Amino acid sequence: MKKLLLGNEAVARGIFEAGVKVVASYPGTPSTEITENVAKYDEIYSEWAPNEKVAAEVAIGASFGGSRAATCMKHVGFNVAADPLFTASYTGVNGGLVVCVADDPGMHSSQNEQDTRMVAMAAKIPVIEPSDSGECKEYIKLAYDLSEKYDTPIIFRLTTRVAHSQSLVEISDRVEKEFKPYEKNPVKTVMMPAMAKKRHVFVEQRLKDMAQYAENCPLNTVEINDTKIGIITSGICYQYAKEAFPNASFLKLGMVYPMPEKLIKDFASKVDKVYVIEELDPVIENHCKILGIDVIGKELFSLLGEYSTNFIKKAIDGEDVSTFTIDENVPIRPPVMCPGCPHRGMFYVLKKLGMSVCGDIGCYTLGALAPLQSIDFCVCMGASIGMAHGIEKTGNQEFKNKTVAIIGDSTFMHSGITGIVDIVYNKGVSTVIILDNSITGMTGHQDNPTTGFTIKKEPTNQVNLVKLCEAIGINNVVVADPFDVENFEKIVKEEVKKEEPSVIISQRPCALLKGVKFPGPLTINKDKCVNCKQCMKIGCPAISLKDGKVEIDKTQCNGCGLCTKMCKLGAIGGGNNE
Amino acid sequence: MNKSIMIVGVGGQGTLLASRILGNVAIKQGFDVKVSEVHGMSQRGGSVVTYVRYGEKVYAPIIDKGGADIILAFEQLEAYRYLDYLKNDGKLIVNTQQIDPMPVITGAEKYPENIIEKIEQKGVSMISVDATKLALEAGNVKAVNVALIGVLASKMNIDKQVWLDVIKETVPEKFYEVNIAAFELGYNCK
Repeated sequence: MKKLLLGNEAVARGIFEAGVKVVASYPGTPSTEITENVAKYDEIYSEWAPNEKVAAEVAIGASFGGSRAATCMKHVGFNVAADPLFTASYTGVNGGLVVCVADDPGMHSSQNEQDTRMVAMAAKIPVIEPSDSGECKEYIKLAYDLSEKYDTPIIFRLTTRVAHSQSLVEISDRVEKEFKPYEKNPVKTVMMPAMAKKRHVFVEQRLKDMAQYAENCPLNTVEINDTKIGIITSGICYQYAKEAFPNASFLKLGMVYPMPEKLIKDFASKVDKVYVIEELDPVIENHCKILGIDVIGKELFSLLGEYSTNFIKKAIDGEDVSTFTIDENVPIRPPVMCPGCPHRGMFYVLKKLGMSVCGDIGCYTLGALAPLQSIDFCVCMGASIGMAHGIEKTGNQEFKNKTVAIIGDSTFMHSGITGIVDIVYNKGVSTVIILDNSITGMTGHQDNPTTGFTIKKEPTNQVNLVKLCEAIGINNVVVADPFDVENFEKIVKEEVKKEEPSVIISQRPCALLKGVKFPGPLTINKDKCVNCKQCMKIGCPAISLKDGKVEIDKTQCNGCGLCTKMCKLGAIGGGNNE
Repeated sequence: MNKSIMIVGVGGQGTLLASRILGNVAIKQGFDVKVSEVHGMSQRGGSVVTYVRYGEKVYAPIIDKGGADIILAFEQLEAYRYLDYLKNDGKLIVNTQQIDPMPVITGAEKYPENIIEKIEQKGVSMISVDATKLALEAGNVKAVNVALIGVLASKMNIDKQVWLDVIKETVPEKFYEVNIAAFELGYNCK
């Protein structure tokens, strides 16, 4: 049976069919749907771990324990998981272990554009890369066989356009795998210097063996057609290049690390010109150049962003496409916080008070954009707290008593706790605002240790943020509703003044959560409204000017009521309350 | 010959569901199909675009500038923004709804005036429709996506029953009737 599946759904299906027993992940666009779909299979134990490092360790443990295992993350998540994974490369596996990593060329939803293949090479972990959903499912099954055969974790690299596009997939049945027998062998699984030295020898040999395998790997395919143009490519770029030059000759690499030598040399010798087409870094290109093959790569194709069919056509034969043109400015439409978003009230207060804000990763990063424009800094998951502490320790008066860190509940669980420990231990006085909206919002509503539910929506133990912060040693822990802006402002003013650390838990559920009820669209009483635009300062997408008058869009407004608190004239009313 | 259809709109308008319906309709015709969408950050009220391509054999999951046979736009400004993706002989279906983007709300930029007239003047083959009205008439403003799918269906040579079957399989049961009503209103609107 053929089904239209998202690349990520197909990876999940492949994991299921391969007989995997344990999957642990942390959500991150564009990888999230792999684990969400795995969770639908009761044959697989799945979990959201607090971060990618723990997730990877769970998967490594499951592999040592004799079962096939997976962990899935976005590219920057790999950085968090790098510590265990770099050494899991040395230990190798017992049950097959696959690390699914989704890169985001073009940064649709990411803070950088790093190329996982480069990190994989540093870790000496082989990389397999599919180019559509069908390959997602088939390749990952082979990845498990290779993992067990060569005693290595395998990185299964996706990019946004493979992860988030749907194509047809042939569905098969699951093949259950017996537990692999476990034999105690510290030389392989206890990485102390004496053992690791031996394993490093193994790792280098493994790469050589796999490079040999790459010569005949069924994932590396040659299509000899017109020999004027030869294209070496992998992943989504294969699809673009094939669309652009259907008659060219192709060497498509499904295993992108380690790469073959003879296969590439043979291919290059059969065609007049060789182009290497790969998004981001010149990984295949550099390999070819080291082999002494004359290829055309990044001098034509960009190191930045995504490619496309037109882009490749234009780069190779200069062909451009005629299109309709617009001769005026089309305003951009950046993403915004939703109507009813709990973060909006908090940002309004922080902006009003002129705070310097160390931000973090989540929906609330949108607080950096107009009109709220509150966030000063944002680097990576969990960085807000350390940054606020670092700023405080400079002693720069410009930031004194007016700097806060803001961090979401899930991000705090991910890597914020250690930041708080640092502040307490090193006698910092920073104020940290934890945005507790009862869910992991940006990636599409995943549960986390603070929500009280597992990935399968079963009730579970819930981390108590107040008790946790108190236990670390924060004496000032205050819970406040960010929609009670007056009180929230008072609390922020008080806490930043204190010469000891504070945590404010800004508590209000995400407006999109099931069960969050609002009274319905509000309206503006035209007789009372004087068009002062005070209500527009909160940056709600439902409030705009129509013919010079403030108006509420009833298709967007849910009646959360934050705007009514801005209006001194009581001109906004309606909803069910009217 | 492959068909390339783009669905553009504002995050939250239901473009993903529309592209899934279209993709499944194409499968029922026995075609190879690719549907591409973007999740995450860009969904939050931002400009969203999904691509549906079908035919004998489809490679690229996304559509390039000048490559769309049809653009189904859920909002005027988004129709304008992606107009250069339309083939010179392509067709644009545009919902007349206007949603101000944040730079317009903050006053930093202006929402362009008379977008529909300007597009028409360029000689674009275009159908404009007030799908919000149709959805409200059907009983739920959120059915605007299926109303627009109805308009699209009326312009394509695919048996109507196929669309109805796919909608039944795709939308939650409790919204089935309102969605079918919205589809019919869209299908019969012009």
